Amino acid sequence: MTLVLEAVLLGILTGGVYALMASGLTLIFGVMRIINVGHGALVVLGAYLSFAIVSSLHIDPILSLVVTMPAMFALGVALQIVFIRPLKTDREALSVLVTYALALGIEGLLGYIFTSNYVQLRAWYETASFPVFGFRIAYVYVFGFGLCLAILAAMFWMLYRTSFGGAIRATMLNRTAAQLIGVNVDRVSALAFGVGVATAAAGGVIFGITNSFNPGSHYDLISRLLTIIVLGGLGSLRGAVIGAMIMLITTDVTAVLISPLWASFAFFVILIAVLIVRPQGLYGIKVRDRA
Amino acid sequence: MRRMSRTGAIKAGALVAGLALALVLPFVAPDPATTNIAVFTVMYVGLATAWNIMGGYTGYISLGHAAFFGFGAYALGLLLSHFGIAAGFQPFFFVPVAGILTAVIAVAIGWIALRTRAATFVIVTIACMFMLQLLAENLVGLTGGGAGLSFPVPRWSGDFFNIPYYFAMLALALVGLALSWWIRGSKFGLGLLAIRDDEDKALAVGVPTRAFKLTAFVISAVLVGMIGAVYGYYVTYIYPQFVIDPLVGISMVLMVFLGGMGTLWGPVLGAVILEPAQLWLAYNFGASRLYLVFYAAVFLVVILLLPRGIIPSVMELLRRRRQHRAEGPTGRASDTHETPRAVPRGAAP
Repeated sequence: MTLVLEAVLLGILTGGVYALMASGLTLIFGVMRIINVGHGALVVLGAYLSFAIVSSLHIDPILSLVVTMPAMFALGVALQIVFIRPLKTDREALSVLVTYALALGIEGLLGYIFTSNYVQLRAWYETASFPVFGFRIAYVYVFGFGLCLAILAAMFWMLYRTSFGGAIRATMLNRTAAQLIGVNVDRVSALAFGVGVATAAAGGVIFGITNSFNPGSHYDLISRLLTIIVLGGLGSLRGAVIGAMIMLITTDVTAVLISPLWASFAFFVILIAVLIVRPQGLYGIKVRDRA
Repeated sequence: MRRMSRTGAIKAGALVAGLALALVLPFVAPDPATTNIAVFTVMYVGLATAWNIMGGYTGYISLGHAAFFGFGAYALGLLLSHFGIAAGFQPFFFVPVAGILTAVIAVAIGWIALRTRAATFVIVTIACMFMLQLLAENLVGLTGGGAGLSFPVPRWSGDFFNIPYYFAMLALALVGLALSWWIRGSKFGLGLLAIRDDEDKALAVGVPTRAFKLTAFVISAVLVGMIGAVYGYYVTYIYPQFVIDPLVGISMVLMVFLGGMGTLWGPVLGAVILEPAQLWLAYNFGASRLYLVFYAAVFLVVILLLPRGIIPSVMELLRRRRQHRAEGPTGRASDTHETPRAVPRGAAP
């Protein structure tokens, strides 16, 4: 029983990181109606950027976010302008291919620079732990959860309390109508992509402390993130957070009760069960037109 | 009988010439390095053509077709070891059985995946692919797990070795092309194109959309599964990450996009251009990961410069020139942007 409780608690804590990464992905989908298959690669890129900074400056990995988040924001805006904006027809399908190509390019570049050996971000709190109800929780999970919660809160605040957030939500609801009432949709899209990629950087740091990673790690990551946002309903931030929690709790509990081998499988089973009952996901709206 | 038009004659001539070239190729250039490239190129012609039957005609983008490719390979490998089939020509006769098994899994996956549309469908196909990969890895008792699965190795000479596989791949590619051609002109094919253009309207005018989509999905998956089976026998050793490889799934999609979605010859053209290029890149830069960067660059250039693919772009250009000639330099400029989407057989290449 303690084991299950521990698994649930760990699931919630690590779920925070996935909630953050998935929110960036679902925000990008919501605003632009594109699936950013390169999101996992961007998370890994963020982790490697922090890795490079930490190994040269010997500072705390979380502190490196001061540099990597703005850098990744700028990269995101640039990527949107160069690769996503030119897609006029058949956006949804073509964007999948473009972002997939970006993922491959990032994987190749990282492999060329850092080789495909596994690395991990080091910090004092990575293994240090404190006791809770008779088991120990590593500080890194708590710090990571706190950081992700803070960034998520900032994101929600931006979306619901600022006029830029209003423009984003208007674009998500109806692109054409938003344009008609004077929202600069192109600008909003570029900035939203930047915000999404910046959250990938933040997620990357925590991911990099809790996991060892290599340039190919993005395949596993993106398949998890995509299934999270499909479970939650594409374009729904609330759905992304809930979906992430369900995924991490399910996998952690399965790992304890059955076997770590079947952990991700259990989540896929839940995903398929949800899709049979609710094809649009937990919080999704039914897609009528495919335009 | 209607007399053949000039373009019709050219088309028929090109078809016969292309087929003749494909048939004599392994005898003209029999060294194993060349025939190896030929095997993979014809394999991708088949894969891209099969993918196009679903993705090109209905507009449902599946990025998970590598799942069927790997499933077919595992199905054949397990059949051979279960029935103790010796290496040689017999394993090729079991390829259709692997295809039937692929149909079973494709019906199950398609039934679930096709409840969703557009972006969600894309993701569900990716998820199903990773799920199958995970199963292949975890069901150690059946598949051998991460240790992989070996096929019997035929004792053919080095010069001959690739040739039976080449013709097996060619036969599957031709079956795919024949099916694709037939579907394109049939009522079923028109229904699929109607689904691509507007699924709700298609349903409203009486197209049985669910049954049509599932049928196209299964036809496409079975072809991919059989090609995967031949591939497994060709490479003689498979393991989950290698044979259920996301790159295989994305490559066939890219080839279709390059050649032209929903056209009969687009996938062939895309595969013939891209697969040799990909093999060349892997051969020269495979050691460093730069190979992936080159591949990504080619990918981006294709999509950003030719979003509709080579064949539709060229056809559009030809049509404009013809119209220009017919109407004189001051002819009207309207109606030249949109090509009719549901084109009857023979009107498009």
